[in-house]
Amino acid sequence: MTERFNDSFHPFVIPFLAGMAFVITVCLIKAVVVVFQMESGERRRYLLSLLKPNIIVKNIYDIIVDCLLHVRLWKRNRMLGFMHSSIAFGWFMIILLGHIQVLLYCPDRISTFYYPIFFDWFIEGGQHTLISILLDLFLYVILAGIALAIVKRFYSRLFGMRRTTRPTLLNVIGLYSLWAIFPLRFIAEQCARSGNLTLAPWWAYSIALCVFMCVLPFSRYLHIPAEMMLVTMRNAHITISRPGKGIARVQTDSCPNCGVCIDACPMNADPANLKDSTVYLTRQIRRHNDRRVGQISDKCMLCGKCTSVCQVGVDGPKLRILARAARKYNIGPDFSNVRPDVPKSSGKILYFGGCMSQLTPLIGRSIESVLKKSGVEYKWMDRDGGLCCGRPLHTAGRLKEARELVLRNQEAILASGAHTLLVSCPICYREFKERYVLPGISVIHYADFMIELIQSGSIGLKEKSDICYVYHDPCELGRGCGMYETPRRLIAQAAGIAEAPKNRTESVCCGGSLGSLSLDFAHREKITRASLQNLYDSGADAIATACPLCQATFSRYSDRPVKDLAQIIDEQTVAVIDNSRRRETGCDIEGATLAKIGN
Amino acid sequence: MTDFGFKLSKSSTIDLSRVELDRFEELCRQEPGAKVCIGCGSCTASCPAGRLSGMSVRKVLLGLQRGQKVNDMLQCCMLCGKCTMVCPRGINTRNLILTICRIYD
Repeated sequence: MTERFNDSFHPFVIPFLAGMAFVITVCLIKAVVVVFQMESGERRRYLLSLLKPNIIVKNIYDIIVDCLLHVRLWKRNRMLGFMHSSIAFGWFMIILLGHIQVLLYCPDRISTFYYPIFFDWFIEGGQHTLISILLDLFLYVILAGIALAIVKRFYSRLFGMRRTTRPTLLNVIGLYSLWAIFPLRFIAEQCARSGNLTLAPWWAYSIALCVFMCVLPFSRYLHIPAEMMLVTMRNAHITISRPGKGIARVQTDSCPNCGVCIDACPMNADPANLKDSTVYLTRQIRRHNDRRVGQISDKCMLCGKCTSVCQVGVDGPKLRILARAARKYNIGPDFSNVRPDVPKSSGKILYFGGCMSQLTPLIGRSIESVLKKSGVEYKWMDRDGGLCCGRPLHTAGRLKEARELVLRNQEAILASGAHTLLVSCPICYREFKERYVLPGISVIHYADFMIELIQSGSIGLKEKSDICYVYHDPCELGRGCGMYETPRRLIAQAAGIAEAPKNRTESVCCGGSLGSLSLDFAHREKITRASLQNLYDSGADAIATACPLCQATFSRYSDRPVKDLAQIIDEQTVAVIDNSRRRETGCDIEGATLAKIGN
Repeated sequence: MTDFGFKLSKSSTIDLSRVELDRFEELCRQEPGAKVCIGCGSCTASCPAGRLSGMSVRKVLLGLQRGQKVNDMLQCCMLCGKCTMVCPRGINTRNLILTICRIYD
């Protein structure tokens, strides 16, 4: 293996060097700005986490798995997975192997860091080593990935994507230069190896690299460095707190514009909402288009489906809540004089129905009936109306006011002396879980509670009903609180159960969500109908859900009965023994068992 | 003037030509539902904040249409959304309230 020239430099490397210097400078500046914009406590935590050995190992593992191999994308869509990982991992391997090649065969040139990129120009006869064969192999893998990318650009349906994003001009330039890099490298290498030292392909190769790197910081390709930073931030448990700053900014920069969230978004049942998916939110945030950011943020139902399908972990709902919180209001609610009257309930269960249950009184009545059958002592906290849990204010971005409401409720619940807070509305349940501090009180959802009642024998099951239910996962209970299996187990004990094609983390929002501020009734109908169609596809006789809002919304358009979990369980259970005998037999749910469920 | 035993009393309605309605027009532009309201009061009947503070979305909207100042009534709104669910005209009441809070002071 010999060097072709005495001089280890040729002018065609200049575009590559310039592009490289530019991209490194810009990305470093961006990273430093992000770190400086973080709150001081978070910044310290983040920087310290970068030094801890266990987190370093986790960071490296996550970066390889998520950013290079795209394992999550493989699991979701193999074609897309192959396309992305072939380009990302293949390119990484070419850079790595290229450096090893230089290190092995001309170690004195390792400091000239463009050598691995233009190896075949400077070195003659390097094509028959093992490393060279591996390099060629990875180049073929990348070329296959790029061929897929070109097909996907024009026929995205072949990849199972109904819709994809419309790229902006800079993204198109980045895309075409990325497509050009590898075929040009291939041509240049083949020419040089056959002894044909024409300069044109090498110049083109270098310029394509330069264009790509110059466009990178201002296009979606910024996601390549940003995603790595996001992984390290996630492992340091940094949470979103300020709009456009710190991790919120890294998240918007990490969005690769892949468009997976477009097909996932329940709002897109109505084509009018196509431009309101998370991918367009991040795009508009990066463009500082405040008007569109406001519109997109207000319209979203905050169902969280985009986050559950997102490959990089962009938290669309949180970004939107922050955008809403940045808005100024002239009139602010004032709850300082409001005191909810909560009944004294020391040693008992306190049941919180929530505002929505007032409009669906059957749910509250069913829960009360089950409680009575089991003989558990309880008090209904807001039977005649009470304070809202604070979640609607919180999702509307009025965080300070929501906090005040939470404090009012918290005081009242703590003063009641109850040991357990039973919640029937998942919207409230999530708020109680996430924002309330209730020492000594366990907050439980009624699904958990009822399954414990059945298992401990406090209520008896009737013969299994022959109705087949399909369970709709409410957004706040499923994706919000991670409860997927308990409701299904509960239904399976009382009746038949079927599964909708899209369920669990991919369940389709009912369209009634309080998360949306600007969608009105007329515009929600299509969303609800699409969600219902998904449930009808299961072939079930009736729909079961565990959210008063989902129930009310579905009932409006559904052609089959929509029931709440509590109603089904109430219909299918009977009291086992009367209360006096219960104490004798010691079949008492209140003490030990409840403490267990709460934990 | 002949005494008929009764007389025409002065109209108690508000002279809309003298009321400044710029902000109400702005409200209708941002949330067209403001013009669709028939004043049925379903929102008020279902309002949990009404029980605690006497808040009434119907009164607020009626007042704003007449150019009266009734905005502080909205100070106890918890945005719970029940009014939106019961509205027979399908008005997005929550957005209406938020828009009022933004435009008026």
